[in-house]
Amino acid sequence: MTNARQRTDQSVRIFFFSVALASIAILFMIMVFLFMEGLPIFRKVTLSGFVFGKFWYPTSSPPDFGIFPLIVASIAVTLVSAMISIPLGVMTAVYLAELAHKRVAEIMKPIVELLAALPSVVIGFFGMVVVAPFLQNTFGIATGLNLFNAALMLSFMSVPTICSLSEDAIYSVPVALKEGSLALGATHWETLILVILPASISGISTAIILGMSRAIGETMVVLMVAGGAAMIPSSLMDPVRPMPASIAAEMAEASFRGDHYYALFATGIVLFLFTLLFNIIADHISHKYRQTGEASL
Amino acid sequence: MMEETQILTNHHSGSAGIFSVRADSPEKKNNILESSFARVHGRRKRVQRFLFMLFRMAALINGIGLFVVVFFVAWNGWKAVTWEFLTQAPTDSMTKGGILPCIVGTLCLGIGAIVVALPIGVASAIYLNEYARPGRVLRLIRLGISNLAGVPSVVFGLFGLAFFVIWLKMGESILAGVLTLAALTLPVIIGSTEESLKSVPNTYREASLAIGATRWQTIYRVVLPAALPGILTGAILGLSRAAGETAPIMFTAAVFFTPTLPTSPFSKIMALPYHIYVLATAGTNIEATRPLQYGTSLVLIAMVLGMNLVAIVWRARLRKRMK
Repeated sequence: MTNARQRTDQSVRIFFFSVALASIAILFMIMVFLFMEGLPIFRKVTLSGFVFGKFWYPTSSPPDFGIFPLIVASIAVTLVSAMISIPLGVMTAVYLAELAHKRVAEIMKPIVELLAALPSVVIGFFGMVVVAPFLQNTFGIATGLNLFNAALMLSFMSVPTICSLSEDAIYSVPVALKEGSLALGATHWETLILVILPASISGISTAIILGMSRAIGETMVVLMVAGGAAMIPSSLMDPVRPMPASIAAEMAEASFRGDHYYALFATGIVLFLFTLLFNIIADHISHKYRQTGEASL
Repeated sequence: MMEETQILTNHHSGSAGIFSVRADSPEKKNNILESSFARVHGRRKRVQRFLFMLFRMAALINGIGLFVVVFFVAWNGWKAVTWEFLTQAPTDSMTKGGILPCIVGTLCLGIGAIVVALPIGVASAIYLNEYARPGRVLRLIRLGISNLAGVPSVVFGLFGLAFFVIWLKMGESILAGVLTLAALTLPVIIGSTEESLKSVPNTYREASLAIGATRWQTIYRVVLPAALPGILTGAILGLSRAAGETAPIMFTAAVFFTPTLPTSPFSKIMALPYHIYVLATAGTNIEATRPLQYGTSLVLIAMVLGMNLVAIVWRARLRKRMK
């Protein structure tokens, strides 16, 4: 009797374990299929020619498959958006964790959550019909669909990630540290800047990296507002074509298993590797420099 | 210890309650500052005031951002949203008429994705929270989940195209779109289910085990019923996430226009987010269809934010009850 029950229990355990492997399996399949459909392009161009090639003319003849401008565009858009979203996200996190009254925080947190829930296509649409004409008129430029606009809209999307993760890190700083600092005569802001922020820096860095990972992989916003010119940008107001935008815009017109199709999948591989790298770094930081009380300082 | 290792997954998995729950009261921190220790004067006080104003403004900007987008879409869109708009198909090569096929399509995709992702996600979370012991395997699974949550949506689209559409020969269809979206929402479901499993007090489990129930009986009869409302909240959040995504369905399920409503899992469909994108960028007459674009955006926002609000309010009530 007991044995039968134990056997059932054991098989249930094994069942749940195998289902829990689904996420890894999906991740693995994503890699397999990206590589399967992407690698054939390297029969036409070399790896360095693909990654560092300066010209992306996939439909001209002979076609050019150099995604360097797309990579630069992705990185530029992500960095500019990080300049907006990092201060905004971290400062909001400080406010929520340290300053806000409990009641206010209870309203602010759902607001940030709703911000995270806004569909990206709506944010892209907003960038197209509101921000683009505004930029165009204010700065007298040819098009409002450009790097800066895309970065601005992207920070909409990464602020919630940065904010919620940083808030967590800031909140989990031991009270004793804060009390010690205050007892020594430091003011609240001195404590904040000199004690609390340094103590939670690993959590904040994780938050920032994950926020940037979200920005670099975001598709609809850059597809709709980045402008779409596959050139290396020379100013903030230049139109650009980041990797996700290129994939999303061109996949429909690429002939099935033609060179263009393979090239887009290979661009997907590069994009995937970028986000994978970001995530692994974030995971590494959060585990290695995990806050374990005062001892970790 | 367990909680610390789980923070990353929970958060990165998206909107399943992106802020973590805390057992201890927030007063813990604030009362120190209200004591005489924190009183400052003169220049230091001015600096403090200035800095704290900056922090407050940063928080305010987020609120304003959300408000501006929602208000703008609502202001321009409410006139377009009529009963006919919600119940008719597009006419005159999508320059007039309604968006019924898009609403139906989005509901099909979202609900389908949840039906697929919920059982897998809940079972994964049960393993992680109830069975797994800390160690290399658990670390690997968590790394897998957080990386899956970080995969760009367009890459999910590529995967869906290569695997479901081409390799499994489903073609561009509801089924392919549903499975792609299910892969994307899986981490959200796992994160929220874990949160609600964690909120079930350990005494429940101990009591059940103490009267002779096995692990599985305990989970099935005690833990899951207690965690069920939280799990359903997560399902709503996952549904809203799936409904708002565009890039994963671009190559797998959505088309510009189909004259009929879907009849089988293998039909192609229209969807709200894709409809907005098409009308705004590639429509037959972008300027003339502006009202339709605003109207469609308003319907999508109302659906997604509505679901989120329901989940947030419901969750807040649950947390209160748990205390």
